[in-house]
Amino acid sequence: MTADAIATAPPAGTGSPRRLRIDPSFLAPLLITCVLITGQIAFGFLESWSRTFLAIATAIIVELLVVRLLYGRWPHLASAYVSGISVGILVRSPAFWPYALCAAISITSKYVLRVRNRHIWNPTNFGIVMMLLLASDTVAGLSVQWGNNLLPMVFVWAFGAVILRMVGRLHITVTYVASFLVFAALRAGITGHPLLSEVAPITGPMYQLFIFFMITDPKTTVGPKWAQSLVAVLIAALETVFRLMQFVYAPFYALFIIGPIANLVEMAMTKERQP
Amino acid sequence: MKQNLPAMTRYGRVLVIILFAGLLFTPSLIRRFGQPATARADQGSANAQSQHGFRLTDATRAAGIDFVHEGPTLDSKLSHIMPQVASMGAAVSVVDVDRDGLSDLYVTDSKEGSKNRLYRNKGDGTFEDVAERLGIAALNAPETGVSMGAVWGDYDNDGYDDLFLYRWGRPELFHNDGGRAFTRVTDAGLPAWANVNTAVWLDFDGDGLLDLFVGGYYSESINLWKLSDTKMMPESFEYANNGGRKYLFRNLGGGRFEEVSERVGLSSRRWALAAVAADLRGTGYPDLFIANDYGVSELFVNDHGHFREVGRDTGVGYAPKSGMNASIGDVFNQGRFAIYVSNISEEGILLQGNNLWVPSGGGNAPTYENMARAMGIDLGGWSFGAQFGDLNNDGFLDLYLVNGYVSASKTESYWYDYSKVAGGNQVVISDAKHWPAMGDRSLAGYQQKRVWMNDGAGHFVDVAQMVGVTDRYDGRSIALADLSNRGVIDAIVANQRGPLLLYRNEVAPGRAWIDFDLEGGCRSDTATPGCSNRSGIGAQVTLHWNGQQQIQTVTGGSGFCAQNQRRLHFGLGTSQAVEKAVVRWPSGKTQVLTSPSPNQVHRIEEPA
Repeated sequence: MTADAIATAPPAGTGSPRRLRIDPSFLAPLLITCVLITGQIAFGFLESWSRTFLAIATAIIVELLVVRLLYGRWPHLASAYVSGISVGILVRSPAFWPYALCAAISITSKYVLRVRNRHIWNPTNFGIVMMLLLASDTVAGLSVQWGNNLLPMVFVWAFGAVILRMVGRLHITVTYVASFLVFAALRAGITGHPLLSEVAPITGPMYQLFIFFMITDPKTTVGPKWAQSLVAVLIAALETVFRLMQFVYAPFYALFIIGPIANLVEMAMTKERQP
Repeated sequence: MKQNLPAMTRYGRVLVIILFAGLLFTPSLIRRFGQPATARADQGSANAQSQHGFRLTDATRAAGIDFVHEGPTLDSKLSHIMPQVASMGAAVSVVDVDRDGLSDLYVTDSKEGSKNRLYRNKGDGTFEDVAERLGIAALNAPETGVSMGAVWGDYDNDGYDDLFLYRWGRPELFHNDGGRAFTRVTDAGLPAWANVNTAVWLDFDGDGLLDLFVGGYYSESINLWKLSDTKMMPESFEYANNGGRKYLFRNLGGGRFEEVSERVGLSSRRWALAAVAADLRGTGYPDLFIANDYGVSELFVNDHGHFREVGRDTGVGYAPKSGMNASIGDVFNQGRFAIYVSNISEEGILLQGNNLWVPSGGGNAPTYENMARAMGIDLGGWSFGAQFGDLNNDGFLDLYLVNGYVSASKTESYWYDYSKVAGGNQVVISDAKHWPAMGDRSLAGYQQKRVWMNDGAGHFVDVAQMVGVTDRYDGRSIALADLSNRGVIDAIVANQRGPLLLYRNEVAPGRAWIDFDLEGGCRSDTATPGCSNRSGIGAQVTLHWNGQQQIQTVTGGSGFCAQNQRRLHFGLGTSQAVEKAVVRWPSGKTQVLTSPSPNQVHRIEEPA
């Protein structure tokens, strides 16, 4: 759910009184800032403030430069801000450069990897996967929990759900979570491992960012609601395959593959329908 | 739209594509040109000694040492994850048990019914096991628990270092009876049961008697051989507060100790794995640094006998990791101690990076900055024990790190299942029954050790393979000592479920050194302000030579479950003259030795 994308998404409940409306372009930055502040105050979960600031600053600067260079205008920075924070939270490295590099790759991917003037990968997902593939000796993903106090986690989930409801994207998250749980049971049956060990990952913070900010991104998801839900199921299914192959960062890889394929299929079907 | 773009925009698109491609190539460029240096010469190369100034040779067999550590078998409820739970207990500590001027080695075993060893140094390069004869061998049993480590300190100032043995079980104190036998101190006031993985001797209140810090790992309420349930794992991988309690035993004299941790501000339930005590602020009182597993490190500064936790304020207690080592060294030759903490790094899975906390700011209120990455000593695998020592006598402290968690199958890894549960909520992670069975799988096994050579210019280079450290055992504890009084530092490594290794050091000729054996002035078994504990623990020597200075201190335990020789060893490089050595005793006395002769051991007694 990138912020500029939310701005283009039709808010649910358009009949609500005007005074209750919030500029949708601020919803994603608001939510992820809440995640950042809650996590850091409650647990000090960041690798360091400086690394996160580096990621945010890089994302914003690259967005400014690239958009100016390509379109001769200054961009809305909400999307870059969200990407920068996501990178700052999700990337784990004792070095500084991966934070800047991941942010830069994420932003530039939006403007390079385009089909019919539409980017087909979620930028942060693309950046993270590239870092995991190309710099695994220096980079890992966020793979540990934020702490034991359930309250902050419940807050983030509840707040995230409200915002997703407002922008009409909650069904994607709900479908994905339900699918994850079903597939967790399937994996437990296949591997013989305790069910809770298969459920455990989704209680971690990596999934909070994944389900709120990646799989719901309107710019890189398909149009119809039923198709969005189907894609969420397919992501969870492919993730299960990767998990059975013991890929630690299975959800990122699953979205990396399913996301663009779904978009390309939709584009192809749209083209067929056009006279 | 594309057709309507202005020329500048089309040009810009090409630029952005080039930029994007360049970004994708950046990691490989950094890997090629910007990675920490590793010596690339063939291992065992004849020029290793001339190039790096030293070479380490496995002399274990030649020394007559045949110890192989065995792990415990805990409650059967843990059988599915036994290798990762029963993963500690191999420890080595250095002591001159009979005051013959030669460093002896005490080695712990952990299998029920196994025997610890006391390798007495015969002075000819060989050792004999005298533990059984002296009564400190058969100390591992389910009813008492099994050994995790040992530290030595002369708690009654009779001149002979006494033994404190800590276990997952009952900790025990043994009085050294003149190097001829040991007597169990039964009324010391120690707890009946505690699951301990770190202990250090220190004189925290400056009364001339050694006190004892003991850090719990598992909660002391848990008997790992008789579990009531399986909820004994950490409640979090990074924020666990359900570990063992901390103890501070104040020495009352007469072999009696009083537990004062709460009273003096030393309370924590974090999972302590390593601790080191040293006067980090120049106050004359030893501060205490604790490296905790599953959480942040803690720094307890000592305000005249009362402790205050300042980890977060000073920077060392900010980012939670998996602390498994605490050792100190003046890596910049600036007269201040840096603290090295080992953590976990596994490519593509978990990259915590080790920490080198370098002090900055005011002397009495230092703040610390992690410079491990900048200095090339951050990535060491699943790191455990590490020690600073000038291995090549060039005047700069090098760093020897051992690592590796569970080496079993060479093809199957437990990492995925481990990370899966480690990321879960406490309901999952804290109960062993939720952990997938480990089977014969390895977890960060068969890892390459690190011997980082300090180049004196702010960077370390890994020369392990080149200088002869090629073993891949699951290293736990490392201690450094000059075992032959040659003026060089040898290395002794205790491996989990593996052999004890003795690496004999051969330093290139032409490099000078100077050693100091310190003996505090206290001779009484009662508190005596104005003199220092006889072991000299806490004493500091600042050596000034060739326009530089280096500070070292006598510790009562450091690293992971280890204790180096108490003698302080300084390499001098090619300098053959020392300006002065300033000895600062725990009592507060300062002693200046002007132009001490190099290439000899100076035995210094605290002046009256």
